[in-house]
Amino acid sequence: MAELLFWPALLLYGEAAVGYFGDARRPGLAGRVATWGVRLGWLVQTALLAVQAAREDGFPWGTWAGSLNLFVWLVVGAYLIWGCRGAYRLLGLVVMPLAAALLIVARAGGGTAVGTRSHYSNLFLVLHVGLVLVAFAGFTLASALSALYLWQERRLKRRATTILRRPAPSLATLDRLAARTVAFSLPPLTLGIAVGLEQLIRRGDRVDAVVVTTLVTWAAWLAYLVLRVNGWSGRRAAYVALAGFVLVIVVRLALPVTHFA
Amino acid sequence: MHLVLVGTSHHHAPVELRERVAFDREHAAALAKELGEAVCLSTCNRTELYVVAEDAEDAERRTVAALAEVEPALYRLRDQAAALHLFRVAAGLDSLVPGEGEILGQVRAAYEAGSPGQLLDRVFRQALHAGRKVRAQTAIGESPASVSSAAAALAEQVFGDLDGCRILLIGVGKVGEQAARNLRTRGAEIVLTANSKTDRGELEAELARADVVVSSTSSPGYVLDALTVERARKGRQLLFIDLAVPRDLDPAIHELDGCYLYDIDDLEAIVSETLAGRRGEAARAEAIVAAEAEKFHAWQASLDVVPAIASLRAHAEEIREAELRKAEGVLGRLDETQRRAVESMTSQIVNKLLHLPTVRMKQAAVSADGVIYAEAVRHLFGLGEDER
Repeated sequence: MAELLFWPALLLYGEAAVGYFGDARRPGLAGRVATWGVRLGWLVQTALLAVQAAREDGFPWGTWAGSLNLFVWLVVGAYLIWGCRGAYRLLGLVVMPLAAALLIVARAGGGTAVGTRSHYSNLFLVLHVGLVLVAFAGFTLASALSALYLWQERRLKRRATTILRRPAPSLATLDRLAARTVAFSLPPLTLGIAVGLEQLIRRGDRVDAVVVTTLVTWAAWLAYLVLRVNGWSGRRAAYVALAGFVLVIVVRLALPVTHFA
Repeated sequence: MHLVLVGTSHHHAPVELRERVAFDREHAAALAKELGEAVCLSTCNRTELYVVAEDAEDAERRTVAALAEVEPALYRLRDQAAALHLFRVAAGLDSLVPGEGEILGQVRAAYEAGSPGQLLDRVFRQALHAGRKVRAQTAIGESPASVSSAAAALAEQVFGDLDGCRILLIGVGKVGEQAARNLRTRGAEIVLTANSKTDRGELEAELARADVVVSSTSSPGYVLDALTVERARKGRQLLFIDLAVPRDLDPAIHELDGCYLYDIDDLEAIVSETLAGRRGEAARAEAIVAAEAEKFHAWQASLDVVPAIASLRAHAEEIREAELRKAEGVLGRLDETQRRAVESMTSQIVNKLLHLPTVRMKQAAVSADGVIYAEAVRHLFGLGEDER
């Protein structure tokens, strides 16, 4: 069943990625079809997660690949909040190829199948994995908004003649939304890390590279917010957000090597 | 009944001619009333009279006489061609700037001020519908078509909602004022209108608070240089619109982080691109308008057969009721439910028998054979013979 749901979800995300590419070239039908691809794909992936949850006694996304599957679902879900609006469709160009690629990686790691088990308690996994993933999904969206900001800013600087034929969200809106998304995402990360550290101390485990990188990631996003409060905005803030996103990716890709090894 | 259109527009007559037949609302309404079932559409780019009459030749003659001052520049269209023209006008496809939105309101105003009968009512309603449909289903009217509206749209690309956005207006050139007006209609406010007498300190102080600077002076040199801007703006984002020739604003301003400077050439290039986009959308709009015109044609053609269909149905209903009355003796013994069942069954027989002839007559009407079919039906069923 889970296998049957994976392929439609992947196909719909893939279709959305291609559709958004078409929409960027010629806005219209391709964008609308892509948005429906995201909506339906997300629903199918929700069903996939529901099947996984129903077949497991405990938290089914405690493994690296399982958590990646959940991460993709959270990212696409967060994207759906704005992505369905015409002006924000361009975000899909960044988010949907990433979602499709990560879903493939999740499947390769066995994260979309049923029967994966973890030796941690359910409550701990829900709090630690769940909160960290929610935060990372928020950071991914904030980074996509920042990337869109830089693209839009570049168009304004280059005085692109097509700027009004293919309007994007305004610089001010993108800047504000990115900051707001980070402000909402940092508290879950803080809590998720705190829960993880408490478990680490209680079990007497060693601090691994992922723990360190996650703390650096947390510090980077905290710095983003502090800098913004001190007047940093626009292009500089967007670059900081992208640097924070690189750390998110590093943490995600480093997980199988250390944290879940 | 025929739909007759006589008019002139920017395609056929220069403004010197058009102004001779430009009517205000009252005058246009009076002229329409004078012509009978008519609507007068008079805008700065066109004056058109839509008249419905049995005798198309006579109606055209009377309408041409009403616009006699510009007779050589008049065009004359009838029926489907006239309807298609009106649909194109309402959709903005015949406008100077393709897709401009003002015309739809002007068509509505003309229709409301006119004296439309059944046919004009239908054609104008459908034209308004076609205009709205084109706006909803194509992007023909979405992008700005003038330098001043492009400047305002650019400000929206930087600041989003312009409510509370502050404009510093330097100089009082015509295009500059238009741009400022465009920004104001979107919620922005003018904090200072500066000229050559404005104190330099005041100008820099306002620059520190402004979001958009619109400049259109006749100064031979730069009014603002990059150094002044960098000193005054304190890291804030600023959009500069330079509409002057020679330019008022130092091009180096554009190199500053968070500053965007657009001169008249940049804006004209953007407008030219958006107009190209509008022309691209026009092809889709034409298809929508053609489909609406086809629907109108089908409706107008059906007018030829509707009386025959109505007579045929009335005749059949008369026969059905007469036969039911004849059978009253037998039906009287039926209870209410059985009686209703018999009535329903007879109605269904009549409806089913008449369905195909009705459909065929409507189809024939569209292909211009409606009158022949209507006559045949009248002859075959003896419709209207009692009245003769």
